[in-house]
Amino acid sequence: MLRHMKSLRILLLVVVAATLWSCGKPGNDSPQVSTLNRGLASDPESLDPHKMRSVQAGDVLRDIGEGLAGYTATGELVAAAAESWTVSEDGLTYTFKLRAAARWSNGDAVTAEHFAFSLRRLVDPATASFNAHLIAGVLNATAIAAGELDPAMLGVDATDEHTLVVTLSQPTPYFLALLTYPSTFPVHPEAIAAHGDAFTRPGVLLSNGAYKLDAWEPGSMLRLSRNEHYWNNAQTAIDAVNHHVLVQEVTELNRYRAGEIHLTSAIPPDSFQQLRKERPEEMHVAPYLGVYYYGFNLSKPPFKDQPELRKALSMAVDRDVLVSSITGRGEAAAYSWVPPGVDNYAPRQLAFAGQSQKERNALARRLITEAGYGPDNPLTFELRYNTSDTHQRIALAVQSMWREALGVEATLVNEELQVLLANMREAEVTQVFRSSWIGDYNDAHTFLSILQTGNPSNTPLYASDEYDDLMRRAGEQIDPMRRRLYLEEAERILLTDHPVIPLYFYVSKHLVSPEVRGWGDNVLDYHYSQHLSLAPADANP
Amino acid sequence: MLRYALLRLLGAIPTLLLVIVLAFLMVHAAPGGPFDAERVLPADIEANIAAAYHLDEPLPQQFFRYISGVLQGDLGPSYRYRDHTVSELIGAALPLSLKLGAAAMLLAVIVGVTAGSIAALRHNSFVDRLLMAFAMTGISIPVFVIAPLLVLLLAVKAQWLPAGWSGNEGALRYLLPVIALALPQIAYIARLTRASMIDVLASDFIRTARAQGLRTSTIIRYHALKPAMLPVLSYMGPAVAAILTGSVVVEEIFGIPGVGQFFVRGALNRDYTLVLGIVIFYASLVVLLNLVVDLLYAVIDPRIRHR
Repeated sequence: MLRHMKSLRILLLVVVAATLWSCGKPGNDSPQVSTLNRGLASDPESLDPHKMRSVQAGDVLRDIGEGLAGYTATGELVAAAAESWTVSEDGLTYTFKLRAAARWSNGDAVTAEHFAFSLRRLVDPATASFNAHLIAGVLNATAIAAGELDPAMLGVDATDEHTLVVTLSQPTPYFLALLTYPSTFPVHPEAIAAHGDAFTRPGVLLSNGAYKLDAWEPGSMLRLSRNEHYWNNAQTAIDAVNHHVLVQEVTELNRYRAGEIHLTSAIPPDSFQQLRKERPEEMHVAPYLGVYYYGFNLSKPPFKDQPELRKALSMAVDRDVLVSSITGRGEAAAYSWVPPGVDNYAPRQLAFAGQSQKERNALARRLITEAGYGPDNPLTFELRYNTSDTHQRIALAVQSMWREALGVEATLVNEELQVLLANMREAEVTQVFRSSWIGDYNDAHTFLSILQTGNPSNTPLYASDEYDDLMRRAGEQIDPMRRRLYLEEAERILLTDHPVIPLYFYVSKHLVSPEVRGWGDNVLDYHYSQHLSLAPADANP
Repeated sequence: MLRYALLRLLGAIPTLLLVIVLAFLMVHAAPGGPFDAERVLPADIEANIAAAYHLDEPLPQQFFRYISGVLQGDLGPSYRYRDHTVSELIGAALPLSLKLGAAAMLLAVIVGVTAGSIAALRHNSFVDRLLMAFAMTGISIPVFVIAPLLVLLLAVKAQWLPAGWSGNEGALRYLLPVIALALPQIAYIARLTRASMIDVLASDFIRTARAQGLRTSTIIRYHALKPAMLPVLSYMGPAVAAILTGSVVVEEIFGIPGVGQFFVRGALNRDYTLVLGIVIFYASLVVLLNLVVDLLYAVIDPRIRHR
């Protein structure tokens, strides 16, 4: 009996071990199905296009949804759900012709009315969208979002099944670029009527993009598969896409190295140099529409009404040292506010951009002395930044640059992001603070508009009549060349007033497996899965 | 015994209420809100969002809205994961954390008790020293060092095991996280067992058993192990707590969507409802576990039962 028990136990152990082993084998997908595994830095907060907000939600929504316009892999604007469009001479009326073949994932036609319904829903106060102001240029949008007008009054009209007419309240040359942003993607009205807020659930969500949502395990993964009804399905190479939620960059890198994902959403700073040596071909580092900056609180001393003092601090920061020794991941030193690479725009430069750091420091010292500060009366203030290794290293470097070049004593204050944001909004305790701005669309306006008086993101509280006036005039211009001149002049004013210290321009950083074909670097860092394909690692491209 | 258990459960209600009130006040006292971002929104739009999530109401009103929901079993929608309710998130995360925790605990007890007993039997021998040196190392190296090391060696270099969670089916993906989670506990339990076993082995009733000519294995199994387990058992409560907190780190490193991960994210994102939901859940769990340990104590130690 006892011996029986023993052998039974051993048998049981063997069975359990064998089961464990067999379920653990990766690659359950059949060989014909090509599956792209990509890293995603966090869960989308929502797959409702009107409730989304983050870069990550955008990444997933660009796979499952489609706007009137879209981008190619290298970032050229192209027609997407719309086949073509015309713009009236005054720049105020856009007429879109939708593709007759555009379909939802259940086979229903995507109609002009769906787009009209969705844009109304975006600005409806009841939706409580974070991006309602994105289409503020559309007639009545602002008044509707403020609850003053009925959403039906929005300047959108489906004149027939495939024609959508959008009326703007003022020329918005970047309007087409806005239509590539997921918040302007359509939702299926019947899905919302049937499921309410739950219409984004896997199995329920109707999508009009190249893929549909099969599963979503929060904190782990979103599984997408081919939308057979998509109008361009024939050109879509990859059958299934897994967006793996990998918050820790190191975890993501490990999984890439283990061959479990094809592309990463980031590259950890500490591994950057090593990877550059080990896998130079797999690293994709490209300019990105984002600026990292320090803002001054212009409503309080010591920086209120002191442009020369602010200029001195800006001059004394050796940006080249920051990007080469501190960030070190291909970032570009910032001598303008608008990053390079923006369409139809040439960023203005800070006046001292052409000088050597030594010359800058000498001039900066003079400015500090003229402002009444010196060894007996040193300038002291607090520099706030949110908790992060990179932010801390940069703050330490800038602090020592200021100390050595100018004798200025900046106290570093490290705060949790939410605390820093609250302090920036109140503008009571802040003096100098770290911040950044990532462009929403490929136009200088997305950077310049935030420093207009009254803009909620104008945390330095910059207020210049001249600047505001130029921005207003640019807004009224239909002629792209003249508009551009106004915008460039506005940037010039900004760069002489020094409400901010631009430090560096961001770059996008990805590891892309040699198996992936069709990858294109672009300033918006949009990488639609439908543009990619997979080939065996050893095959020739 | 049943009466005792029921009384203890009733006594837990005020404790839980206090925890909810304190947690509610604390999350709301933390600066910033769930929808703050570097991108500041126009005032109208902010007002719309605040209204949609009832954040524009006075705090007491928000509290009563919340607590009446909780009493009906509704922990509310998550502010960060807006397509999911808190109950859904906890419901999906809990089985994972439980499996992970239970497996780690089981591994820790089996390996820890075995190693501790061997060390005690070979008291002061080479084996004893070696085991205790391992144990000491296990206690002193934190999880966030061990876990990445394991991944690097076994998943990235050797590629024997999956490096992460998502997309890897089956039980193998549990292996590394469970080991990482169990290692410090193995070490601790081994040391506890060893000390307690040495004590027990020196006691009179063991000497009597030996004198009767019983085999060592019989003595250990039937006479020494049970009394030697008492300190280990009372360590279980703290061990469960340690595994729960340790799981926060392990879940983060391996990208496992467990309760710990959601708790940390929730706190950082000011996801009020998610944090509160998990606090309520953890508080109930701790109350319950304490009760279970007390009841188990009575089962193992007759002296307590007869008091």
